[in-house]
Amino acid sequence: MIDPAQILIDAVSVGGLYALTALGIGLIFSVMRLANFAHAELVTVAAYMLFAFSGSPVAVAILVAIAAAVLLALATERIAFRPLRGADSATLLISSFAVSMFLQKLLVFLVGSRPKALDPLPALSRTVSIGSLQVSALKLVTIVVCLTLLAALTAFLKWTRFGLQMRASAENFTMSRLLGVRANAVIAIAFGLSGLLAAVVAVLFAAQSGFVQPRFGVQIVIIAFVATVIGGLGNLFGAAVGGFFVGVVTILLQAFLPAELRPFREAFLFVIVIAILLFRPQGLFPARNLKERV
Amino acid sequence: MTAIAGQGGGRQGSAETLAPLLSIRGLTVRYGPITALDGLSLDVGAGQVISIVGPNGAGKSSLLAAIAGTVKPAGGQVTFKGQPTIGQPLEQTVRRGIALVPEGRHVLASLTVLENLRLGATIRRDTAEAAREIEGFFKTFPILGERRNKSAGRLSGGEQQMLVIARALLSKPTLLMLDEPSLGLAPKITDQIYAMLASIREAGVSILVVEQNAARALRVADRTYVLNGGIIRMSGTEAELSGNPDFEAAYFGLAPRGGAQ
Repeated sequence: MIDPAQILIDAVSVGGLYALTALGIGLIFSVMRLANFAHAELVTVAAYMLFAFSGSPVAVAILVAIAAAVLLALATERIAFRPLRGADSATLLISSFAVSMFLQKLLVFLVGSRPKALDPLPALSRTVSIGSLQVSALKLVTIVVCLTLLAALTAFLKWTRFGLQMRASAENFTMSRLLGVRANAVIAIAFGLSGLLAAVVAVLFAAQSGFVQPRFGVQIVIIAFVATVIGGLGNLFGAAVGGFFVGVVTILLQAFLPAELRPFREAFLFVIVIAILLFRPQGLFPARNLKERV
Repeated sequence: MTAIAGQGGGRQGSAETLAPLLSIRGLTVRYGPITALDGLSLDVGAGQVISIVGPNGAGKSSLLAAIAGTVKPAGGQVTFKGQPTIGQPLEQTVRRGIALVPEGRHVLASLTVLENLRLGATIRRDTAEAAREIEGFFKTFPILGERRNKSAGRLSGGEQQMLVIARALLSKPTLLMLDEPSLGLAPKITDQIYAMLASIREAGVSILVVEQNAARALRVADRTYVLNGGIIRMSGTEAELSGNPDFEAAYFGLAPRGGAQ
């Protein structure tokens, strides 16, 4: 018998990771109309940093991972995407593929393609009992961290000066710049935040999977892209909801599909995604002014 | 001589009294094979209200866009407070003192009324003073005060236009540019908007307003330019232009190029 509470915890912890990843992608898309596939390598590089600093205290390793992902995000913006600002969405998308491939191959060259084992959060590899329920501490922490970050990001966007500027830019970049919003600052902050989110996802995801390889980030980013599309590209609320939705559907498929079909659960997930997009091609929460660019 | 004026940053005041606030020379804007503005020249003096009239497609919006920097001109010069403006980043426009109220209003519909106004004060550091000005605006327009936390996209057209003008003023501009402020509004609302412009002028802000509504444009302005086919056909004061048969001809593009001045 499957415990509904157990399913809920699994769904929220998986959905939370997808939601954070989808938000990292959505932040960039909403201000720049760039679907940044290189987000995957932000996650991957952060995970490799955890591996490299696995001898250090956990806090140090996490801080290094965050710093690396934020710096890499800022560097890709400065070097690869800034010269293309205002370019066609397709051009931006393809250049993000190029950045993603370049970083993946660079990692293969530097560290090899074989998986490396790591355990960034050893203290959480135990179970906690809540009433009659046995829950993995890692899943609980994942849920808490995801919800805290979602709340913090919401507060940032809602209450701070830069948050306001970012929401304004997402709706109409040209008008925002005419009001004095600095495009470079807003875009840099969006990339910095996406790096931060990628690093947090890397810590939690690496703790779950226990190893890292050069395509580590790709697996989760592909699913997160699906989440942002379901939610409505360019809409951050939609991205978060899309992330949780994909997580819930994945876990439900895992729980209720007959055992022989479980290896194909992604196929079922994508059938559901296609069905949604057939009825709502703009996603569940379409963004305004999608045509407006820098 | 210009070199000396350029070095003495503190002496800009004297330069302003000599030169107009905004000076446009030979401005040309092209979209592919289409020429929207063809070598246009005009000046806006400090404290002046200048209006541009002309039919749809005359090049009015292109003129404001080129001054604001959203369109890159194919040729010509725009000088504001003695400094060339073309080719500067868009976010410098408002920092220089030019605020644009674009056609179609462009409230940021997903933000609240209050957030729209706060965004108007982006370049200011005196946040407390800006907040007082916002409160003052809400007192003058209580309808907007009541809806301060509502999405700006839900306001009526007239309310949106008031909001966008107030948002532009919060940057404390030297020059306010408005693109068809009366477009799609009831005459009564248009009266309110133009009353607002009159008080903005009294506060010492120069205004460059583009209008299809020629009667309005003439009444409000010190000088009106008739633009058609990207060329200034005629210009003058209300007294010179209203009732002048050439004015109507120029508006509809019948006068010869560089006609009656």
